[in-house]
Amino acid sequence: MSEPRLDLTASPHLHSPDSTAKIMWTVVFSLLPIVAAAGYFFGISALLVVATATLSTVATERLISGPGTLGNGSATITGVLLGLVLPAGMPLWMVAIGGVVSIGLGKAIFGGLGQNLFNPALIGRAFLQAAFPQAITTWPVAGGSFFALKGDNFALPLMRGSAPDVVTHATPLGLMKFEHTGTGIGSLILGNVGGSVGETSALLILICGGYLAYRNYLNWRIPASIMLTAGLFAAALHLINPLYPGGLFMLFSGGLMLGAVYMATDMVTSPITHKGCWIFGIGIGLLVVLIRVWGGLPEGVMYAILIMNSLVPFINRATQPRVFGVEAPSRLKRKAVAS
Amino acid sequence: MKQVAATEDLLKGLWKENPVLVQTLGMCPTLAITNSVANGIAMGIATFFVLVGSSVLVSSLRKLIPNEVRITAYIVIIATFVTVADMVLQATVPVIHKQLGAFIALIVVNCIILARQEAFAAKNTVWRSFLDAVGMGFGFIIALMLMCSVREVLGSGTFLGHSVFGPNYEPWVIMVLPPGGFLTLGFMLLAIAAWTKRKAPKPLRARPHDVTTRISQKAVV
Repeated sequence: MSEPRLDLTASPHLHSPDSTAKIMWTVVFSLLPIVAAAGYFFGISALLVVATATLSTVATERLISGPGTLGNGSATITGVLLGLVLPAGMPLWMVAIGGVVSIGLGKAIFGGLGQNLFNPALIGRAFLQAAFPQAITTWPVAGGSFFALKGDNFALPLMRGSAPDVVTHATPLGLMKFEHTGTGIGSLILGNVGGSVGETSALLILICGGYLAYRNYLNWRIPASIMLTAGLFAAALHLINPLYPGGLFMLFSGGLMLGAVYMATDMVTSPITHKGCWIFGIGIGLLVVLIRVWGGLPEGVMYAILIMNSLVPFINRATQPRVFGVEAPSRLKRKAVAS
Repeated sequence: MKQVAATEDLLKGLWKENPVLVQTLGMCPTLAITNSVANGIAMGIATFFVLVGSSVLVSSLRKLIPNEVRITAYIVIIATFVTVADMVLQATVPVIHKQLGAFIALIVVNCIILARQEAFAAKNTVWRSFLDAVGMGFGFIIALMLMCSVREVLGSGTFLGHSVFGPNYEPWVIMVLPPGGFLTLGFMLLAIAAWTKRKAPKPLRARPHDVTTRISQKAVV
């Protein structure tokens, strides 16, 4: 009978089987159904946009950071997400520039993965929104033949795309904002509406996000608090004045689902404490409704997330948990004043 | 010997101590009015004129100005030249004058100008101050031209109003907006920092035996 072995090793004793690369690639695979749905709704144009954005981010990452960081998949996620938040008919050279900006200005300039303050894909989109405001708000209508282009995807670099001979249509949010017409919740949930490549099918995004939350690869508190806040705030506004969009419409339209599930939960740019995640999500939810209802643009998810990204370091500092056995600083201060 | 120093006064402002790209002074006009080449030329020439005029006047009056009120005196001198430049621009190129707006009057507080008075003109002869001001003024114009060219070509597809890429060009609207100014300036400073870093000699590694070898070599010599 052998004696029980006694291993004496230094901590940590618990190891997580997850590596950065494993998490990142799982997220990439969870995005594939959404990409496939985008292909179903918008045809080959959507796939071209996503593929170009991904190629561009991966190439930029390879150029700036060398071959070592490609394996962790973060550049691939950025590329797929960037492709998903652009309209299907966008000229591909613009998409490629967006990819370069995402990695170059969104990530590499801060020092690479883990150092960036803002979500790289949203930085790329914000740049494109400011640089090419017309191309990025030309929304093709879903449906039609798979191989029919949804716009002048192959416009020559630096040149304007020729006027599209496809039908374009305002997004549900644009309709609500400028013409005060609602869109049925049913088509919003299924995704049969105008919009960016990947922000159409709310149901599919929820399913994929639910899988990631189940694997614990995203903090469910962030999407939950964003949706709760945005839904309740919008519902309250709708009660006060029925001209404002209702809570369900607010939740299922535009980029809120994709933003809440995939953009806001980026591990690098979201708070590290659970309490901080609630604050972060509530802030995004409030800002989304504020921008959508009173802002100049019909959609505000991108700016809401970027604004709250910039507050993450402060949220982290403010929500530090109390170290076991040490009194909270506020109580110490009170004691000092009393004595 | 003195001649060499004088050319150095003239040339240092162009590149080695460029007021915008190396000293990062005068950021306000550099960011605000560089969205078209025409604006940049007008602003560059106006600033050049004010800088040269006030440098010459300050250095010729440098022994008369009491030390305690020198900044006030410099500002009065600079403001005089700015008023002249403002009126001349308004009379000759009213369109550009209107586009530049408050930034003409704001040349008074352009820190390039005040810095040259305080750092150079107040301590040097009129001739040397003149050369210094000409060098710094041209350096400012060079920096503005670099910024303007990038921003106007990308942001409007034109250079001095002439089309560069043809009628189908899709302008990058962001480049003529304020963010474009910050992006362009940031990239230019990044490029210059990278370039100077590459040119600079590698710093010596402070290792103990290196020091001792150097000392022993010295002792031998």
